Amino acid sequence: MPPIIAVSNVSKTYASGLVALKGVSLDIAPGEIFALLGPNGAGKTTLIGIICGIVNASGGTVTVGGHDNVTEYRAARSLIGLVPQELATDTFETVWATVSFSRGLFGKSPNPAFIEQVLKDLSLYERRHSKIMTLSGGMKRRVMIAKALAHEPQILFLDEPTAGVDVELRRSMWELIRKLRDVGVTIILTTHYIEEAEEMADRIGVINKGEIVLVEEKAELIRKLGQKQLILDLAQPLAALPPELARRNLVLAGDGQQLVYTYDTKGEHTGITALLNELSAAGIRFKDLNTKQSSLEDIFVGLVSGK
Amino acid sequence: MNWRGVYAIYKFEMARMRRTLLQSVVSPVISTVLYFVVFGSAIGGRITDMQGVSYGAFIVPGLIMLTILTNSVANASFGIYFPRFLGTIYEILSAPISGLEIALGCVGAAATKSIILGLIVLATAGLFVPLDIAHPVAMIGFLVLTAITFSLFGFLIGIWADNFEKLQVIPLLVITPLTFLGGAFYSIHVLPPAWQTVTLFNPIVYLISGFRWSFFNVADVSPGVSLAMTAGFLSLCVLAVYWVFRTGYRLKT
Ligand SMILES: Nc1ncnc2c1ncn2[C@@H]1O[C@H](COP(=O)(O)OP(=O)(O)OP(=O)(O)O)[C@@H](O)[C@H]1O
Ligand SMILES: [Mg+2]
Repeated sequence: MPPIIAVSNVSKTYASGLVALKGVSLDIAPGEIFALLGPNGAGKTTLIGIICGIVNASGGTVTVGGHDNVTEYRAARSLIGLVPQELATDTFETVWATVSFSRGLFGKSPNPAFIEQVLKDLSLYERRHSKIMTLSGGMKRRVMIAKALAHEPQILFLDEPTAGVDVELRRSMWELIRKLRDVGVTIILTTHYIEEAEEMADRIGVINKGEIVLVEEKAELIRKLGQKQLILDLAQPLAALPPELARRNLVLAGDGQQLVYTYDTKGEHTGITALLNELSAAGIRFKDLNTKQSSLEDIFVGLVSGK
Repeated sequence: MNWRGVYAIYKFEMARMRRTLLQSVVSPVISTVLYFVVFGSAIGGRITDMQGVSYGAFIVPGLIMLTILTNSVANASFGIYFPRFLGTIYEILSAPISGLEIALGCVGAAATKSIILGLIVLATAGLFVPLDIAHPVAMIGFLVLTAITFSLFGFLIGIWADNFEKLQVIPLLVITPLTFLGGAFYSIHVLPPAWQTVTLFNPIVYLISGFRWSFFNVADVSPGVSLAMTAGFLSLCVLAVYWVFRTGYRLKT
């Protein structure tokens, strides 16, 4: 299947001279949930801005549904709904008016039944006649989502949708995102919360200092880059690690009750056998052992700080 | 053409203006009454007439123009500046709508409102002086053309401004003085010849002159020249708006 969004060699240098993107290429498959992870200032919002037509690229091209987003901007933009990072609402308007406005702006004929459904899905229907300024921050964020969905987009961009949102609302947003995916909407979200990417995404891209450093299926990513920890619960606590056992990836933990050995699952040999042999030679016994797969967070921190 | 998008912006702007309707109607009505009290009665009593028109009637086209110019500029500049200020412009920029369509919605609404206010001023003036309009069609034509032109101009100011001071400064320092000096309250023929020449560089002279001609059949410059100048200024504004959206000036980073 051809990608629904194809970003090719896109770069951005702001007027200040700051290079925000350095030749980014990225394909998004129709119907997937793609999470873009990256530290502050990595270029996530800039990249979204370029795809959606808010920021002018300095170089490269973007196609959306096969349409170039500059020369055929109408066709390209019609497909996209955008929920930006910053809360920006028409404070004096009512919820209903602002969501209907969004639909009209995208050239769609009025459809009160559809707007009603969107508002109900976002638990905003009760407040449809309220002025936006009377809503809470979380509600305002949902209003922005409703606005983005008002024209029935095939692609939804969510720039840090759950920043500053309570746990319950975050859950309900995840729910909503899944529901949208189920009806075929392609979703691109950025987040700082690794758990969010881990929970939601089909694929994960990591961006750092304006470069995509990695794009991978989530499961594959965890498998490929994952480090595992072997945790040995000792029969007798140790005061210190015997010098003959010392190695880079072995530490004494839990007040001398545990030995933690970190190893790479993709390595040729994990070194586990050697370690266990040395332990028995040194007369150290253990009563239990288990292994722990490292989380995406560990992978992410490793990528961004390491390279 | 994304007509629904244009209409959405138009409707949105009209709704915003409706919220401030009272103050926007009251202030031109009060100032019209004040002008009549001050100029029409107090001073106007000493001035016999201008170009064969009683002074009270003579200032009516100028007063209407003053209202149209200031309101067009204020409404349109605010209409585009405010979304930029709030950040809600993101939605308009990401919508399948062209720059000229955005301008059409925003400028259309600003022009509609200032035309309504202009007609209210006309009606108010009608309470003070008898008004026979010599060329009603031309009068409406000039009214509409001027409202559109200066709404476009205001739209450009709203894009150029990056703070509220800049938003105010052009209307205050440029539009109002040029209107007063452009013969809103006198015929430029009463000026010394050198000043008459200088005044001809003031584009508002042509607007007021043409507009006054449509009322009383008297003009400082010929109505054809007035029409040409207005159309010329309109085209300049359209070109500037086109350029703004092509380059993303002040709208896109
Ligand atoms: N309008 C602008 N003018 C100049 N520099 C900008 C502008 N917008 C963003 N930048 C810079 O570009 C870089 C990338 O910013 P961007 O907002 O894309 O990062 P981000 O990944 O979205 O960060 P965050 O996670 O904090 O939202 C940053 O260094 C930022 O300071
Ligand atoms: Mg960002």
